[in-house]
Amino acid sequence: MRRMMVAFLALMLLAWPAVHAVQPDEIMSDPAKESRARDLSRELRCMVCQNQSIDDSDAPLARDLRLLVRERIAAGDSNSQVLDFLVARYGEFVLLKPRFERQTMLLWLLAPLLLTGGGLALWLQIRRRARSGADVPAAPLTPEEEARLAALMSDEATSR
Amino acid sequence: MIAEAGHYALVLALALALIQSIVPLVGARLRDDALMNVARSTALAQLLFVGASFIALVTLHVNSDFSVANVYENSHSMKPLLYKITGVWGNHEGSMLLWVSILALFGGLVAAFGNNLPLSLRAHVLAVQAWIASAFYLFILVTSNPFLRIANPPIEGRDLNPVLQDIGLAVHPPMLYLGYVGFSISFSFAIAALLEGRIDAAWARWVRPWTLVAWIFLTLGIAMGSYWAYYELGWGGWWFWDPVENASLMPWLAGTALLHSALVMEKRNALKVWTILLSILTFSLSLLGTFLVRSGVITSVHAFATDPTRGVFILLILCLFIGGSLSLFAARATSLKQGGLFAPISREGALVLNNLLLTVACAVVLFGTLYPLAMEMLADFKMSVGAPFYNLTFAPLFTLLLLAVPFGPLLAWKRGDLLGVTQRLLAAGVAGLVAVAIVWGWARGGSALAPLAIGLGIFVIAGAVTDIVERTGLVRLPFATALHRARGLPRSAWGSALAHAGLGVALIGIVCETTWNSEYIATMKQNDVAHVAGYDVKLDGLFQRQGPNYREMIAEFNVSHDGEALSVMTPSKRNFTTRGSSTTEAALLTRGASQLYISLGDTTAEGTIAVRIYHKPLVLLIWWGPVLMAFGGVLSLSDRRLRVGAPKPARAKQRLQPAE
Repeated sequence: MRRMMVAFLALMLLAWPAVHAVQPDEIMSDPAKESRARDLSRELRCMVCQNQSIDDSDAPLARDLRLLVRERIAAGDSNSQVLDFLVARYGEFVLLKPRFERQTMLLWLLAPLLLTGGGLALWLQIRRRARSGADVPAAPLTPEEEARLAALMSDEATSR
Repeated sequence: MIAEAGHYALVLALALALIQSIVPLVGARLRDDALMNVARSTALAQLLFVGASFIALVTLHVNSDFSVANVYENSHSMKPLLYKITGVWGNHEGSMLLWVSILALFGGLVAAFGNNLPLSLRAHVLAVQAWIASAFYLFILVTSNPFLRIANPPIEGRDLNPVLQDIGLAVHPPMLYLGYVGFSISFSFAIAALLEGRIDAAWARWVRPWTLVAWIFLTLGIAMGSYWAYYELGWGGWWFWDPVENASLMPWLAGTALLHSALVMEKRNALKVWTILLSILTFSLSLLGTFLVRSGVITSVHAFATDPTRGVFILLILCLFIGGSLSLFAARATSLKQGGLFAPISREGALVLNNLLLTVACAVVLFGTLYPLAMEMLADFKMSVGAPFYNLTFAPLFTLLLLAVPFGPLLAWKRGDLLGVTQRLLAAGVAGLVAVAIVWGWARGGSALAPLAIGLGIFVIAGAVTDIVERTGLVRLPFATALHRARGLPRSAWGSALAHAGLGVALIGIVCETTWNSEYIATMKQNDVAHVAGYDVKLDGLFQRQGPNYREMIAEFNVSHDGEALSVMTPSKRNFTTRGSSTTEAALLTRGASQLYISLGDTTAEGTIAVRIYHKPLVLLIWWGPVLMAFGGVLSLSDRRLRVGAPKPARAKQRLQPAE
């Protein structure tokens, strides 16, 4: 199944010259700002790629976005301002980590809800069953099994 | 001729599968042994014909018969023999043929080695296998026939995608499919149990080895795919939370849960309904993965809409099997009686917690993968769910899971003593805390959570050691007695301890790689030296070389550490002339579990080259962990108790009676 991903990656390699993600000429002189740019890049989607962040992608668009991020950082934007700027331009699609909003609420709340809900239900059920005690009778044997059991018993009897 | 024979063999296999779908069920209804036994013969014959069909396609690829469209599109006469063979499953049609071949293989194995199964159970299982097989044979024959001919055969093929021409990709898909398709067996067993309306501890004992086999292959397959991505794609990433990766991770999470719940069922006759449901879900997720990958729906909803034949066909299969099996489950599950009571704090309780966490993790991946699609279709809202989301949601779930892992095996069945177990885990806890302190002292930079995560990893490993120490009585008893007890310990105990330790190992690798990875990106010219994590990497020069079906440019780097020359590293860039595309071949230098990683970028006119050098501390632990887990699985599989399987000692016992 992974092969499809490979196919997509291959498509990318076909479509664009094989260059590396972050290019030496893109790197900012201030290491602190560069590290902020890298962190932000990992959260931004290369929109023409298959599920790649602009930090990983070779696509020209990813390079443009990386430069844009660095431009905004150099202009003194905070991290959230950079993200706001990109969302205003390209929509929520650009964020690899969706914001907590009406449309994405279910996605974010899924794990905590399932975990607490499931945990609670299980706990109650186990406790209830442990209290109620009585074990349930086993399923009755089929005729073949009865016959086999009888054979086994008689085997045992004769060998004794 | 070969192509037609392969095609015909596949048609015959479909016919056999159709017979196998119906006749054994009729036999079971009529209680006719002969009719039920038909399943055994047809399953073996299916294996023969599908195998023949697969060998036919391999032969076509090896012979470079470009009159067959599939060979023309994915092969090249100059390609090395290994990649001619692996190219068979490097494309849609061929990989589907591999899928059904493995399905037939598992069916054949059940037929051949399922002698200890009750006849009607085996008939039901094989019939359900045949339903799946029929659906996929039809899919291949109708939409994805690999044996189609071209009217005017070209002289040369279009070559296999260069990134796929790699040994990792040669082995990865078959492994993954052995895992995916292997879960079809537990699915068939579950459906058979529902159809028969009977399920007991013996059922779990029959299912567990099959599940374990599938799980081992899936674990190795995923690990191998991840390592391949790491060294072949050239930027040192090893997990991307790509939808296609998620498609393989979901069955793994569900399958891991299934392994554990089947254990409860086998030992304590509890969690029956849940185990059946998990068996169904695990294979459903495998099918869903097939759909996601094969239909192109993930790329975009629109790509799916433009060429929907394959997608719609698989979607139909998906709805039929998932919908059908879940309806059957809903109708019959209530008739399955729950057995074995237990207190919340008990081994069973711990395994239930394991199942809860793994299924929630699985649900998160499923949701994350499908949510953007649903949003785009239903609300016209385009959004992405990527690595940062999964990392954030997975971290707490797995932290909880890993904290609980050492407790599980130490708790007693039915009613456990949490305080007692905590005391016995004291040493492991202390080991974890010491690790936190040491890492805290040593670490320069990086997340404050990293030392804690490493402590957790050590705790899990030490917990696994504690489990073995407790079982053998290594500290309490004389050494000789402990050694004797260690020999007598069931292999499955060693297996589970190793598998749990593997989790800790992988965690440590993941944390070290992500936190203390050093990176050097620059343009270098001859005799330039890069300093990365204490290594001096000197570019000696650039060379050109001609390979069998590519030309490559090699850069030679001399690596030294503290003035001591270590090695020469030669990363390269390959240019594949037929497809006009290129790949980067990273060079790796392994030192212990750490690696130095060099990959090349573009050259400039002045003779400089863009270079990325990484030092990845303890990165190999990421894959040693899964290998350890799989090895634990193999040990567990070799446990006598699983091989002996169903209880039928009557005749053997008789022979052992002394003559009177």
